[in-house]
Amino acid sequence: MSTLLSDPMLPRPYQVQRVRHEIPGTFTMELEPQDGSAIPPFASGQFNMLYVFGVGEIPISISGDPDRPAPLVHTTRAVGTVSSAIQALKPGNTIGVRGPFGSHWPIEQAIGKDVVIVAGGIGLAPLRSTVYQLIARRAQYGKIALLYGARTPSDILYRHELERWRAHLDLDVYITVDHGDTSWRGSVGVVTQLIRRAAFDPRNTLAMVCGPEIMMRFTASELEKHGAPVEQIYVSMERNMKCAVGLCGHCQYGPHFVCKDGPVFQYSRVQHLLVKAEI
Amino acid sequence: MQSLAPILANHPFFKGFEPRYMQLITGCASNVRFPAGSYIFREGEPASTFYIIRRGKVALEAVAAQQGSRVIQTIEDGDVLGWSWLFPPYRWHFNARTIEETRAIALDGVCLREKGEADHDFGYELVKRVALIMMERLQATRLQALDIYNVPSTEAGV
Amino acid sequence: MTTQALQVHDRLCLEREHFQHLFASLQARGFQVVGPTLREHAIVYDTLTSVDDLPVGYTDEQDGGSYRLKKRRDRALFGYNVGPHSWKQFLHPPLTRLWQAERKDGGFQIIPERQQPEKLALFGVRSCELHAIAIQDRVFTHAHYKDPIYASRRENVCIIAVNCGQAGGTCFCVSMQTGPEATGGFDLALTEVLDEARHFFVIEVGTDLGATILQDVPCRAASEDDLRLAGAVVANAAAQMGRSMDTSDIKGLLYRNLDHPRWENVASRCLTCGNCTMVCPTCFCTTVEDTTDLAGTQAERWRRWDSCFTMDFSYIAGGSIRASSKSRYRQWMTHKLASWIDQFGTSGCVGCGRCITWCPVGIDITEEVRAIRKSESAQGREG
Repeated sequence: MSTLLSDPMLPRPYQVQRVRHEIPGTFTMELEPQDGSAIPPFASGQFNMLYVFGVGEIPISISGDPDRPAPLVHTTRAVGTVSSAIQALKPGNTIGVRGPFGSHWPIEQAIGKDVVIVAGGIGLAPLRSTVYQLIARRAQYGKIALLYGARTPSDILYRHELERWRAHLDLDVYITVDHGDTSWRGSVGVVTQLIRRAAFDPRNTLAMVCGPEIMMRFTASELEKHGAPVEQIYVSMERNMKCAVGLCGHCQYGPHFVCKDGPVFQYSRVQHLLVKAEI
Repeated sequence: MQSLAPILANHPFFKGFEPRYMQLITGCASNVRFPAGSYIFREGEPASTFYIIRRGKVALEAVAAQQGSRVIQTIEDGDVLGWSWLFPPYRWHFNARTIEETRAIALDGVCLREKGEADHDFGYELVKRVALIMMERLQATRLQALDIYNVPSTEAGV
Repeated sequence: MTTQALQVHDRLCLEREHFQHLFASLQARGFQVVGPTLREHAIVYDTLTSVDDLPVGYTDEQDGGSYRLKKRRDRALFGYNVGPHSWKQFLHPPLTRLWQAERKDGGFQIIPERQQPEKLALFGVRSCELHAIAIQDRVFTHAHYKDPIYASRRENVCIIAVNCGQAGGTCFCVSMQTGPEATGGFDLALTEVLDEARHFFVIEVGTDLGATILQDVPCRAASEDDLRLAGAVVANAAAQMGRSMDTSDIKGLLYRNLDHPRWENVASRCLTCGNCTMVCPTCFCTTVEDTTDLAGTQAERWRRWDSCFTMDFSYIAGGSIRASSKSRYRQWMTHKLASWIDQFGTSGCVGCGRCITWCPVGIDITEEVRAIRKSESAQGREG
């Protein structure tokens, strides 16, 4: 039905292939389109609206490789009614997908520059798509540093992939936790402390930051203190969404609609909003 | 030590210190090396040295009776370790245990402290820099204390 | 009956005794007429079958948190202003189904909704409301995504505007430059002239459709005298305006003052009841509801009006972004008067005064702007 193909308001049925438990409360789901009609190609940083039959719909960042769009991959936390219902889905179950929506991480602007990726907690999920693309085109970029902060060692998302990326000789991966445990031999401290360890030329760097708002605010500020221009720093915002096409009004952030003007924003555009409470 | 002079002069902590002061500082400096798993200092010991980590990883720890040692923060390449040498009672408040083999420059805190008392210009420059380290550490510790990655789940939310 | 073909901008004169013909002409062309009528002590917008359904001889008295109907001494058809309803309920329905879904072969199938809107004649649209419709046109059809629900209804609507003869108690259209005279966006625009001697209407043709509608209506070309009297009616309304809003640099003013203490002041009064968003002719926020039948085989998604004043509106995992009533009032007012300009190129406010009238505690948006502006100029620019 051509309406289904073109109307961003109608969910496409996808089938759950695999649900993988990641860290406590977080899981990754792989999907394939049920009737062969897939969503249009996505870019890293974009999100889909995922619908559970009769339960509800929520926005979830895509965390797979844009160059390998099948299966469609999402990582999310089970923190509410819909996300818990999604987590309860089994292989073979159907889930509705609308998307992709939103702005993307501007990696095309990173060509010829150093790249600093700073992720906190679940914020690594949308940035994983970006890391895949950077690795696939490694020669186009200067130094690449991935800085990741998690609450405790057992909350480190994609731990095996992080180790694998770290093994890349030309990719610096730094991981820190807020609270260590008895076996942890890595860094303890906030992720902002990792910035000064990363080797990058702040005047010629594209920085991409994703995580809790407070973490992004302090990280962007720290990057700015290290000399990165605010136009070269990007953050990813999260707000309540119902339509994902800029009409329901829920995702407004100042004058911006996070669903269509974001979720990825240039830090210079939202710097003044990030410090305002309840905006 | 001659080989330490350029290293110290280039370190962000000493940026802007006048050359005549840098001579004195270099005179108070020495290279040190700690194997992995050793204690650079322990809580309660007299504090008379401060360290600039050249390469390695040090865990700042506190001992909590039933839980053993708990790491508060790690101090790594390029970081400054220790400021208790500057303030009475001049005793360490935490343990500093190396996680990896750590090479550092050790600076004679007593010497620097006494110089600061005698020459207030030098003292001001020194304390100003230590204060900056403390501010940055405090900000980082505050962020750590906020537990920012912890999102409570709810029944009603989506 | 006019004998020559009518053109856009032509002005005709229709006598009161022939007014019913306007209804008949609309109905004959398949339009269901909706317009002002009396219900439960208010003038609302609902289906009209004849002139007699209009609130003939009534007027409204409005002020902050107050709305009363009063009988007039004359039998004017349009001797009142705007009530709790706006025309958005017809173009942007309060409750509408988006799609249905059926479980099928282990999965499910989506059944899209076909838009089959009725042809409506919006009868008695005031100038501020014409602007509100134009504002919503921009939101729903000229922005990122074109809403087929709004678009299909909009295409099937005919607009009969009415120029106001008096200013409502809470109106401020003059300062918002949205009235009282209708200057465009209508098929026909009426001005009611009623004195001891005569009762007639000057009708301006706005579109070819408007011209067609008048073909079956007994009217003649308006005379100089007719036009003069009609002009006086509108001028009278303009002169009566009781409120005003100074919109100079209003976007900058509100963006600069997001931490102004006045927001705390409003918060101490605002009940976050959301009345303002329900009655505002431009508020467009919605939410969706996913339902299922008991057997779990059929599901539906419905869209309904929502308000930024609810706690759920800004909820994400962990809590609501705008938990305090202060932040929610600030969001509504700043969106309406400032962010809207960045988003859609115009103000979101048309000066109809509904939010003032229907606020249970009488919060006055013009007063809030005035208070912020005044304190800013008293202290010098805020940082």
